[in-house]
Amino acid sequence: MLTTDIPILPRGVRLHHDKVRGTWVLLAPERAITLDAVGHAILNEVDGTRSFGEITGALAERYSAPVDEIRTDSSGFLDALRSRRFLDVSE
Amino acid sequence: MTAPAPIAMLAELTYRCPLSCPYCSNPVQMAAQDSELDTADWARVFREAAEMGVLQLHLSGGEPASRRDLTDLVSAARKAGLYTNLITSGIGLTEKRLTQLDDAGLDHVQLSLQGTNPEMADEIGGYRGGFARKLQVAEWIGKIGFPLTLNAVLHRRNLHQLPRALEMAQEMGARRIEVATVQFHGWALKNRAALMPTREQAKEANQIVTQARKRLKGRLVIDYVPADYHEDFPKRCMGGWGTTGLNVTPDGQVLPCHAAQSIPHLTFDRVQDKSLNEIWYNGAAFNAYRGTDWMQEPCRSCDRKTIDFGGCRCQAMAVIGDPAATDPVCIKSPHHESLQTQASAFSAQDDAPLIYREAPQKSSDPIN
Repeated sequence: MLTTDIPILPRGVRLHHDKVRGTWVLLAPERAITLDAVGHAILNEVDGTRSFGEITGALAERYSAPVDEIRTDSSGFLDALRSRRFLDVSE
Repeated sequence: MTAPAPIAMLAELTYRCPLSCPYCSNPVQMAAQDSELDTADWARVFREAAEMGVLQLHLSGGEPASRRDLTDLVSAARKAGLYTNLITSGIGLTEKRLTQLDDAGLDHVQLSLQGTNPEMADEIGGYRGGFARKLQVAEWIGKIGFPLTLNAVLHRRNLHQLPRALEMAQEMGARRIEVATVQFHGWALKNRAALMPTREQAKEANQIVTQARKRLKGRLVIDYVPADYHEDFPKRCMGGWGTTGLNVTPDGQVLPCHAAQSIPHLTFDRVQDKSLNEIWYNGAAFNAYRGTDWMQEPCRSCDRKTIDFGGCRCQAMAVIGDPAATDPVCIKSPHHESLQTQASAFSAQDDAPLIYREAPQKSSDPIN
């Protein structure tokens, strides 16, 4: 994913707090994906207006972590969602 | 053993259906229309499901659009916090009704495809004009913006249409297609001679799917159910019995899978009598094949036993009459060769007629 890409959750894909299992999940057509804390933190920032670069920059600041590391980790995660059509990208 | 909470529930709202597909997986004996759960019953079941951990609700049938209260049911499901998926042939949906379903919060539509042209689709569905109507419905779905999965049901008569089905999914703007080779349960068992794919067809379908997955990566997701009579390992049916999903019939019986009524020694609780929670964790039918303790050889000592859980219980019942046996699809089953011989024999019966699904009657006579 490029830093200028703007990720967005398409219609029918949404975050949901699973009270029974005490975790966040991403609900999509006929799938429910359990999110770890990092996955949830990233998707929580995806608002359809900010770019991947801006989102990862903000996360790096908030968690005092190296931005390159955050970009590598979240790029892999978001690309995997994108290949399954759970995430769209506009440039 | 302690069972995990279920993730998905299939709500069979009605067995009524305008189509009469020969591969219908509903039971041969079906509950009558006047024994269907009412709106308030379903709403309560949806709440119970969400409270116990169900995330995904599949509204199915029969044809769920045959329920006049479908919009109210979707509202109730969303209010309970469930992700709602409508599994439909499209018949019975109008643009106005789809707009109402949109307002009610419907998350996703799965549209079935009986063929890629009117000649095939209308013959298989036994419903003239069905294909044209379906295309119209797909257009409305796209206009409203519902995420769409196309569900292409394939068998010997239409497997050659698979490439066109993949194109149609893209033309309709579907994100996903299910390439579902017919599984022989319920009514479909009557049509094995008419519908069984040939071994060559099954192989070709495997190749087409593998290539299409590469070519369409990131554009169209392909979920594939192969022709399992021609495979060497069985499907991981239901993700493991009583681990992932449950099924509620139109008259309120709770089943571990939609074909479980074909196993004669099982008894099923009803949502009218017990809570869903009680049925899931303590119901006799759910505990019958949970885990691995029920297994016989060759499953018991097999290193794949927690991969496929011995395959499909209903298939073991249907083919060899023992629901605790290894699924005969498995290469380790003593019945594997005989199943493959049967499959080849069925697939060679070119003149076998389609035996169409018969609809349930209006009757207050108890069934089952």
